[in-house]
Amino acid sequence: MERDDLHMDHHYSVSANHDEHHGKEIRKTIWKVTIILTVITIVEVLTGAFVKQYVEGTQNNIWPFIKWSFIVLTLVKAGYIVLKFMHLGDETKTFRLMVLIPYAIFIAYLIFILITESSYWNGILYP
Amino acid sequence: MFKLAPLKFIKMAGHSQEIDSATAWGGNGSPFRLSYGKQMMWFFLISDALTFGGLLCAYGFFRHQYGTWPVGEEVFNAMPFLGNGFPLLYVALMTFILIVSSVTMVLAVEAGHRMDKKGVIKWLTWTVVGGFFFVGSQAWEWYHFIHGSDYGAFLTTEGWGTLLALDVDAQTATFDFHHGRALIDGAAGWELYANNVGHIQGANLIENEYAPMIPQFGNLFFFITGFHGFHVLSGVVINLIILINVVKGVYDERGHFEMVEKVGLYWHFVDLVWVFVFTFFYLV
Repeated sequence: MERDDLHMDHHYSVSANHDEHHGKEIRKTIWKVTIILTVITIVEVLTGAFVKQYVEGTQNNIWPFIKWSFIVLTLVKAGYIVLKFMHLGDETKTFRLMVLIPYAIFIAYLIFILITESSYWNGILYP
Repeated sequence: MFKLAPLKFIKMAGHSQEIDSATAWGGNGSPFRLSYGKQMMWFFLISDALTFGGLLCAYGFFRHQYGTWPVGEEVFNAMPFLGNGFPLLYVALMTFILIVSSVTMVLAVEAGHRMDKKGVIKWLTWTVVGGFFFVGSQAWEWYHFIHGSDYGAFLTTEGWGTLLALDVDAQTATFDFHHGRALIDGAAGWELYANNVGHIQGANLIENEYAPMIPQFGNLFFFITGFHGFHVLSGVVINLIILINVVKGVYDERGHFEMVEKVGLYWHFVDLVWVFVFTFFYLV
């Protein structure tokens, strides 16, 4: 029997090829994403180095805000890497959803249950 | 019945096109318009992402359970040859190296789509070089983490503190109790040093000077950065194998450079994981 995966492999791969003009556009996007990722990282490091997490033994008032902006910036970076560098944004919508939705549901549940349980332990160990 | 017309999907270069459900479910092709190998790489990456997700969630569990945690910029503030006092600079450099190697990888993939063998060789070589630099940087960081600060941490009447400076002749010592508290130095510091009841220097799986009351801090550091570093190392080896194949002309013969794209997916994933490790271990 003919292996249709090998046969198909060829078709899909050829369909991914592009000409010089299209390549120029793609390279432009790549450099744009590079600059965005670098700038975000620099901003994060400067904020982390200069904003003190604790002042004289107690937590800095603005730290929760800084912390959440770090998490949001991380998700933005992750989005650029997955959608642009890994080209998930160029795949079919069904495939995109199949990759992202189950993972998101599982991890959201894991975060919820572990934070809930560790809060419980925190209350018992350090009442 | 539903005969696949390959030409239909060649129109838009570099992008998979949406298809109607009759074609999608008609057999004789992937409903996702993806090759078998690429799809399986994605499945592998999802499972790997679950492993890393589990490790980072375990990190969150312990951090939340203890309530307190060492501050990243206080633990990781050393630079090679320059000593301490450079918060986060070294790890920022590591992050930048990995981002750049991710960029060179995506440029190699793009060159492969134009059947530009020379371009693939150039960019893939830079990617391998970047990977080696990252692994080397991590080795240095591990060495520094295991070795510890100059004097280590002491258990004093004020609690655990890091000894920053010690002068036995003048009988002075400087202690840092972290979390933004003022340093205790001079004779008061010496008093604390002279009456200490415990000492930890460096880190291992049982104890660490960065968080003497939280042994898990060292464990999680070793497991998560170690597991990631192992991924980088295997990524470098895989990239090297593919680079040799490119040079030998294997993919010219095949008519496409999809293997570069597949290892590229893995390499980007390694970068993706580091973005999260960087945030939760060093920044937050």
